[in-house]
Amino acid sequence: MKRILPLLAGMALLLSACGRSDLSTLDPQGPIAQRQYDLMKISISIMTLVVVVVFAICIYVLIRFRRRKGDKTIPKQVEGNHKLEIIWTIVPIILLIILGVPTVQSVFGMATDYSKDKDAIQVKVTSHLYWWEFEYPQYGVTTGQELVVPTGKKISFELVAADVKHAFWIPSIGGKMDTNPGMSNRMYLEFPEEGVYRGKCAELCGPSHALMDFKAKSVSPESFDKWIAAMKAPAVMPADPKLAETFRAKCLACHAVGDQGTNGAPNLTGVGSRQTIAGILYNSDVVKDPQPEDKTAEQNIKDWITDPQKYKPGNMMPSAADNQLTQDEIDGIAKYLAGYKLDY
Amino acid sequence: MATQAAHASHAHAHAHTVKRYKGLMDWLTTVDHKKIGILYLLAGFIFFIVGGLEAILIRIQLMKPMNDFVAADTFNELITMHGTTMIFLAAMPMLFALMNAVVPLQIGARDVAFPFLNALGFWTFFFGGVLLNISWFVGEVPDAGWTSYVPLAGPTFNGTHGVDYYVIGLQIAGIGTLLGGINFMATIINMRAPGMSFMRMPMFTWAIFVTSILIVFAFPALTVGLVALMFDRLFQANFFETGSGGNTVLWEHVFWIFGHPEVYILILPAFGVISEVVSTFSRKRLFGYSSMVFALVLIAFLGFMVWAHHMFTTGLGPVANALFSIATMLIAVPTGVKIFNWLFTLWGGSIKFTTASLFAIGFIPTFVLGGVTGVMLASAPADYQYHDTYFVVAHFHYVIVGGLILGIFAGLHYWWPKMFGRMLNEGLGKLTFWTFFIGFHLTFFVQHFLGLLGMPRRVWTYLPNQGFDTMNLISSIGAFLMGIGTIVFVINVIVTWAKPRNAEADAWEDGRSLEWSIPSPPPEYNFKQLPLVRGSDAWWKEKREGKTEMTPAEPLGPIHMPSPSILPFIMSVGLFVAGFGFMYHIYWLAGLGILITFACMFLRSVFDDHGFHIDPEEEVHA
Amino acid sequence: MSAHGHVEGQLPHEPEKATLEGRNKILGFWIFLGAEVVLFGTLFSAFIALRHQVLDGPHASELFELPTVFAATMILLTSSLMSVFAVQAMHKNQVKSMIWWLVLTVLLGLSFLVLEIVEFNTYVSEGHRMNTSAFSSSFYTLVGFHGGHVLFGVLWISLLIAQIFKKGLTVVTAPKIYLSAIYWHFIDVVWVFIFTVVYLMGKVG
Repeated sequence: MKRILPLLAGMALLLSACGRSDLSTLDPQGPIAQRQYDLMKISISIMTLVVVVVFAICIYVLIRFRRRKGDKTIPKQVEGNHKLEIIWTIVPIILLIILGVPTVQSVFGMATDYSKDKDAIQVKVTSHLYWWEFEYPQYGVTTGQELVVPTGKKISFELVAADVKHAFWIPSIGGKMDTNPGMSNRMYLEFPEEGVYRGKCAELCGPSHALMDFKAKSVSPESFDKWIAAMKAPAVMPADPKLAETFRAKCLACHAVGDQGTNGAPNLTGVGSRQTIAGILYNSDVVKDPQPEDKTAEQNIKDWITDPQKYKPGNMMPSAADNQLTQDEIDGIAKYLAGYKLDY
Repeated sequence: MATQAAHASHAHAHAHTVKRYKGLMDWLTTVDHKKIGILYLLAGFIFFIVGGLEAILIRIQLMKPMNDFVAADTFNELITMHGTTMIFLAAMPMLFALMNAVVPLQIGARDVAFPFLNALGFWTFFFGGVLLNISWFVGEVPDAGWTSYVPLAGPTFNGTHGVDYYVIGLQIAGIGTLLGGINFMATIINMRAPGMSFMRMPMFTWAIFVTSILIVFAFPALTVGLVALMFDRLFQANFFETGSGGNTVLWEHVFWIFGHPEVYILILPAFGVISEVVSTFSRKRLFGYSSMVFALVLIAFLGFMVWAHHMFTTGLGPVANALFSIATMLIAVPTGVKIFNWLFTLWGGSIKFTTASLFAIGFIPTFVLGGVTGVMLASAPADYQYHDTYFVVAHFHYVIVGGLILGIFAGLHYWWPKMFGRMLNEGLGKLTFWTFFIGFHLTFFVQHFLGLLGMPRRVWTYLPNQGFDTMNLISSIGAFLMGIGTIVFVINVIVTWAKPRNAEADAWEDGRSLEWSIPSPPPEYNFKQLPLVRGSDAWWKEKREGKTEMTPAEPLGPIHMPSPSILPFIMSVGLFVAGFGFMYHIYWLAGLGILITFACMFLRSVFDDHGFHIDPEEEVHA
Repeated sequence: MSAHGHVEGQLPHEPEKATLEGRNKILGFWIFLGAEVVLFGTLFSAFIALRHQVLDGPHASELFELPTVFAATMILLTSSLMSVFAVQAMHKNQVKSMIWWLVLTVLLGLSFLVLEIVEFNTYVSEGHRMNTSAFSSSFYTLVGFHGGHVLFGVLWISLLIAQIFKKGLTVVTAPKIYLSAIYWHFIDVVWVFIFTVVYLMGKVG
């Protein structure tokens, strides 16, 4: 009991740090997350009040009514007290109403359907073991692992799972929603500021559930239009025809670039300008705040192609050995993909 | 109840000789609720250690970012088995241990309503648990989480036998739980001593009564869910196969219709323990007894109406989310009533700090923390952020460990003398409390913040530079401290074992309910003469009037006892064998197992159990 | 508590409730039936959730033949009535007629089972198997669970008839007869719901 108070103080200190602004729910970067954060604040305030009252009574009682050694007296046997009991029934009900009203308002507010709204950007999110596919039906564009959206618009998501259940979550922008196999869910988010936000899978989906990260990048509407145009441009294939042939045979059986290949695996159009390879290997030459352990996009792609199981156990991508890629081919493909950047 | 006495008195004319076993056979054949309680405690505690080791491995893996102490698939096996083991094989059996050891004594009964079923319930639980854990040795371990959401747990994405062990192990163990629920409901309704009206029952007995009702109405839903998953996995049924028209959300509904009441099945008995311990060690009657009973019943009732708050992000729509939000918040009201009643039981009392009361007093603020995060989670839009993060992990560990496990420790230290006739060492007990209590808060308090900072639950590892590292390290250190606390408890038990068996009948001197009016441990028949109950806190009332024993409600005479039987054990072995037969598609083996079980039922039905008689007076003279 | 308490004298009017053990059994059994209600309730919910997912398999309205099912319903209802008569005979201490009513109960139960097996066989031959669709899985599980209960009841009551022959009607055997009758009515009630929810609603669509 008495240990909790200093702990609480320590936590308050920790709280002030609030974690990363591109990840923490406590540092909201969009109106949905903000609304959720407001609810958290209301509930935390009410709950702190309750906790303080209980702790205070508890501590008082424990100090005041300790049994002294050899004390044989029998305390008065109190049956109860209607007044008190009514008080601690009514007061919580009032507190719950204070929390309940904004809760219900927000539940309905957040459920607004923007799927028919012409101003909203429609995105169909399909979750796979262990990667994310983002399809923009209004533009006929599909990308993988990195969601790109314009600022200031409602982004209306349709969420569905291709295999097992996953959950789509960008903590600093808004709460999560499950992606179910066989039925689709809807939600919407807004990104007021330009930036890159971390997204995560929040439902256990297998060994690499922990590593099923994605990025959400919000850009200005102009940049978004440029990005769409760049995505729709014909594929840029490797310059070396032999390498292009290998790439087509070995990689495009599952992946796609531009108008080439299929979307059975993450779309690789412009992969060189993405924050990460496979959602988790940060590209030191792309991200804003590279860490000492981050490698360049080219190196990350090489590592990934060589042995994907090492980085994401249980994923579907065959290793370079299984795919019968020579070291030269690996190097060539990595160099080509790292250089495949989109200008937006 | 009067006829019970009447029968006992003139039944000696039909005394039968019954073979009585010694040693191991005694334990395999016992139908005595006190021995079954000890069996539940032993088995439950062993599983508690197993689940605890799994937890320690989990915390070692998460001690630092990108750790590779265990592999990703092993980690998922660990979390699945940790959750399943702790809930079904550790927490519930330890509760069953307490209810078996205490409830018949508290209501002044010689045994439960169905002693044979009681033994059967224990053995089915035990063999179900063994079957589940054999998966570790086979190397095909359930790995879809304790909730086993489909399709991850379905045949398409889970080809090994892992989840089969989960489905069949829980199915067999679940039979035992259901039997226990039926048994204790019937016991409490029918077997109360003369004068023990419902509103005179001790609060622990009330809690167990309500818990039993919850078990009876919640577990069959799990049975159906497990049957459906089993059929999908073993017989190509399509309940949850979306490709063939199945529905994965159906599993979530069925699981949580069971799963949420299960939470209250776990916590209500702890409420009962706390009520007893708090009132005994403050030498005061329980404050607001009737409102405590009402709160229990209300919590149980609401417990069935809130399952979908586990599914706020599933996509049920705003109407369902709003309704379930409000319903969930409502549970805070009766729970708050209980908290304040405990505090005001302490208020004005004469509080003695024993290990048991420390655990009970530690429970109150800890459970309040778990409760308030529960209300936070009830707010659906905010839950979109909390759901499936470490915030939830922190919340339910505050409720289950900080609530239930502290409650169980309080109960064990409190009733240990009654169960075993020996007092646990208070010094070691207090050491257990402080290490476990501090370790607990260290482990789980920070996890709230990990969740809020964006760490999902059930992650095998995490990338560095996300602000998770320090808090995960603190959490792991706390887990070790809890482990040490548990080890100290084990040492305490061993040390106590070597001591003489000299606990007083009223071991804490301030006992209030009937169990403290009879020797520690009680004789096989509990009460030489059934007691006459003249008010609530029956034993306390007699003591206050200067009496040294309860007023008997019947004359002294031979006491009829049920015969021991090996059939419950063999029946459970039959189910165990059948489980393997189904799992590996060896149908003759499945048939054999079922046949063994049915043969036992046949024998039980055909051969009447005449029982035997004990003459308490003869025993004393001999 | 001894079961033999009343053997010397006249069997009481309600022998099943004469001993504490008997009363415990009856109470416990009612509680058990409460659990069974939840069990079947959940099975019904699953069936209702999945009943339109027929895929390529036959639809309920093409599949079910109401006359057969109606016959089965009548048989089971009559069987339930027979067990009412059995308990009435027991209360009048007419052991012989009680046994006859019980035999009729079992025979009708058996004919219900035969009809059900024939019915399932026909469905399978029409391509409606356990693995055909979610509808078929939930259908066979629900109706099969009920059929399993009927089978258990038939075996149980048969065993009780044999016991009555051997031990006569006593305060030990009487509660068993009484319980089997409650069980049998419960099975019947479940069937009424199956007839309505599965078959009639299936026909309507």
